[in-house]
Parts: sequence; C-alpha cells; structure tokens
Amino acid sequence: MTIKEYKEYVKAHTQKTNEVKTLTLSFIVGGIICTIGQGFLELYKEILPTFDELKIGSLVSVTMIFIGALLTGLGLYDKIGYHAGGGSIVPITGFANSIVAPAMEFNKEGIILGTMAKMFVIAGPIIVSAIVYSVLSGLIFYFIGVI
Amino acid sequence: MEMFLRFLSAFAIGGLICMIAQILINKTKMTSARILVIFLSLGVILECFNLFKPIKEFAGCGITIPICGFGSTIVMGAKEGAKIGLFEATTYGLTYVSAGLTAAIFFGFLMSIIFKSHSKRK
Repeated sequence: MTIKEYKEYVKAHTQKTNEVKTLTLSFIVGGIICTIGQGFLELYKEILPTFDELKIGSLVSVTMIFIGALLTGLGLYDKIGYHAGGGSIVPITGFANSIVAPAMEFNKEGIILGTMAKMFVIAGPIIVSAIVYSVLSGLIFYFIGVI
Repeated sequence: MEMFLRFLSAFAIGGLICMIAQILINKTKMTSARILVIFLSLGVILECFNLFKPIKEFAGCGITIPICGFGSTIVMGAKEGAKIGLFEATTYGLTYVSAGLTAAIFFGFLMSIIFKSHSKRK
C-alpha cells in the first residue's frame, strides 16, 4: 500500500464530524459552564463582601476546578466532552479534567511513578508555558516599565 | 435585569471562545493540550496589551473561566511584581494563580485516590 492509498483509506474510514452540530454543542456547553461560573461569582460577592475582586476570582476558579475534577472522577466529564469537544476543553474545568483523567488512568502504576508523574501528561505543557510566560513578561515589564 | 445581562454576556462570550476552539479542532485535529496552550497564550497577549480588562468588564466569567483567564492572571501578577523589583518581577507571576494551580493538582491527586478509572480499553 502506498502512502497515497493509505491516506485515502484513512480518509474514508475516519468518522466524519458534523460541523454544525459540534459547533452548536460546544457553544452551548461552553456558554453554560461560563454562566455557572458567573453564578458562583455573583453568589460569592453576596456572601463574602470583605473579599476583594482577585480573591473572589480565585475562589470561583477553585470551585469550577473542584466541579471539573469531581465530574471527571465520576466519569461524567468524558461523556460531556465526547459531545461538546471544545466546549469542555477550553474552560478551566477542562484544565482540571486534563489533570484528573491521567492521574486516575495511571493510578494502577503506583502512587509515585503512576499518579504523581503521569498527572502532568496533558497539563505539563500548560504549566510550563505559563511559567515561561510569567518570567518573560515579568522581565519585559521590569525593563520597559508597566504600561 | 442588570444581572441577567451579565449572565447573558458571560454565556455568549464563553460560548464564542469555545466555538473558536471547536473550529480549530475540526479544521486541524489538534489535541487538547495544544488548544489549551493556544488559548493560554491568547490570554497572555491580551493582558500584555491591557486589552483583557475591558473584555472582562463586559463578559465577566465568559472570558475568565476559559483558560485565557489563567494566562491573564499570570501576567497580572508579573506586572505587580515588576513594580517592586527584579526578583519579584520573575517570581510574582504565580501569586494570583496559586489558588487555581494548587486546587487543580490537589483535587487531581485526591480524585485519583478516591475513584477508579472509567476509561474503557479499546
């Protein structure tokens, strides 16, 4: 089988994604997750008036991460993700899912070399790039001044 | 009524960002790690040019719940550190995201101990 034939074979056998359906579902699911976050924001503003904006924002993130981690633990998040695609990846719950799912998957390889090491299979690039951006932007703002 | 508008804009902007991600997935078959890094970078760039705050005022959680908010909060911390000194400029980036990062790693560990894997072998 030549490479060209193989490519045609793959093309014929890969599942066709329904563009309109996936786009609509990711819009709705992503929107709903953000609306839930907004709900917690309004709630925390009401019940914790002494907290400043940054603290409340962090608290909302922690809540959403907890929900994402719990749903992944219960096996429900993957079911949402199967239909919603981008709608379940981009929100912070997707970040939580990307840590919890491999942590559970590799649990059987032991705590240290399984869970703790493989936890960062997907989230590793995000954390590394976040820290690189943090140092670089800090240096840039230090030398050229905060705009 | 005002609160309803805040919810509506959070829904619309959050949904829009996720839809852009889905377009990228459909067109390029990118994996979730790449998508997350791209949207993190978007948040970093927006915050560097002070464009994140006006969007946040309008969209609320619609832009902070997607991973863009994570990138923006990092730069926010770095800006804060850069005002103090060189050492702080390089280390303060993680100040404001520390809560989210700690939660993600701690809950990840906790859940992996409590629950068994659900993924089916194919």
